Amino acid sequence: MEYHEKTPIVDARKYKVGDVIYITGNVILARDEAHKKLLEEGAPLELKGSVIYHCGPVVTKKNGEWKVIAAGPTTSIRMEIFEDEFIARFHPAIIVGKGGMGERTLKALKEHGAVYAAYTGGCGALAAERIKGVKEVHFLDELGIPEAVWVFNVEEFGPLVVAMDSHGNSIYDDVDEKAKKNLNNVLKEID
Amino acid sequence: MGDCMIDEIVEAIRRAETQLSEDTVKALKDAYERETNDMAKTQLKAIIENFTVAHTESLPMCQDTGLQTFFIEVGYDFPMMKDLRGAIVEAVRRATKEVPLRPNAVHPFLHKNSGDNTGRYVPYLHWELKEGDDATIHVIPKGGGSENMSGLYMLPPGVGIKGIKKTVIEHIFRSGGKPCPPTIIGVGIGGGADLALTLAKKAAILRPIGSRHEESFVAELEDELYEMANKLGIGPMGMGGDTTVLDVHVDYAHRHPATLPLGIVTQCWANRRRKVHIDSSGKVEVF
Repeated sequence: MEYHEKTPIVDARKYKVGDVIYITGNVILARDEAHKKLLEEGAPLELKGSVIYHCGPVVTKKNGEWKVIAAGPTTSIRMEIFEDEFIARFHPAIIVGKGGMGERTLKALKEHGAVYAAYTGGCGALAAERIKGVKEVHFLDELGIPEAVWVFNVEEFGPLVVAMDSHGNSIYDDVDEKAKKNLNNVLKEID
Repeated sequence: MGDCMIDEIVEAIRRAETQLSEDTVKALKDAYERETNDMAKTQLKAIIENFTVAHTESLPMCQDTGLQTFFIEVGYDFPMMKDLRGAIVEAVRRATKEVPLRPNAVHPFLHKNSGDNTGRYVPYLHWELKEGDDATIHVIPKGGGSENMSGLYMLPPGVGIKGIKKTVIEHIFRSGGKPCPPTIIGVGIGGGADLALTLAKKAAILRPIGSRHEESFVAELEDELYEMANKLGIGPMGMGGDTTVLDVHVDYAHRHPATLPLGIVTQCWANRRRKVHIDSSGKVEVF
């Protein structure tokens, strides 16, 4: 299935592994330090039904206005230590990043009806093209540009491929299992 | 003279960051055509759209604009030798502002980012001397995610080529989706630990995709590793598919009787490279 959605997202349980989502509305950036900060101090903005993006962007200021130069995903597994608590507390609908997350997050997605979607690694220019502006930014002074909580206004932001859904499915587990079998066959071939 | 050299090196960095090398463009488009897995096709399509936007909008193709790295081949009689290092460092500072690049030089003890991509030993300059009076600078900004998937294996020599094959394939398996596949794998065999990794890096990045080593037994090993790696099914971004690697390049050095170093360097699909050529009259060209 392909979805073209507007934020906030009301029902993320309908998304299944393999579905492709394009987002119009707001995407909220949070990586390592932002997760920590929001969990410690609470969120200065509404996160229910939000799209959370693991990303450390390249942003510059020209004539007093922010310009997003490149904003591809960062490796999500680093946020595994925070994400289950983050989901339980703030109820985002879609977590976007690259490389997938672990069992703790998968469990939280199931419990709270959210999904993890992969944005293609390295696609910083494509992402920037779909980002129409900076709506607001939080913790910029404390955390700096790559770690701040940016709210980007986006149009048709994607393709976001649902890689872990709220029904306990993870594409990474499937691929890993198949790759392990393939590896054993290849190793036998070498002998 | 120095200014012109700096201008052209800035231009080479800009092109490397915003225009994907032509052989890589072709390899990714071919992979998209060949791919039978829908998920993988979505990923490859996004990659192709991304480098197309980067090129037309003159934007860095990835927000990780890499560690600024330069492999330099310089002739014994090149007259501007003493200007070269300074010109490259200055070009990196300027490119950081002008392209722009993400500041990617962090002090390992003080955790401070220098802000301009320069610092101790950085940009990294690798020098090789050659006959002649000209110089070629290979501009190869290298992403951190794929660099994390490098490996050095000091194998017992008794395992032979079979052991090398197994180690390379297991390495690619363990890397999974982390280095942003489809990747280009460089393999360096022999020499010492450092030389094996240097050969691997040169093989991965400097050689065009699809090229083969001039010695047939090495070329055959490249073909075999390429085929086997793509049987793993890891696919683009580790989400499954037919294309895990775009190519495997191998080089070797003679080894010490007691050692068999195996260096593996992984390059992400954002295979960024450009060349600057400077002749003895100071004429500078970017390729």
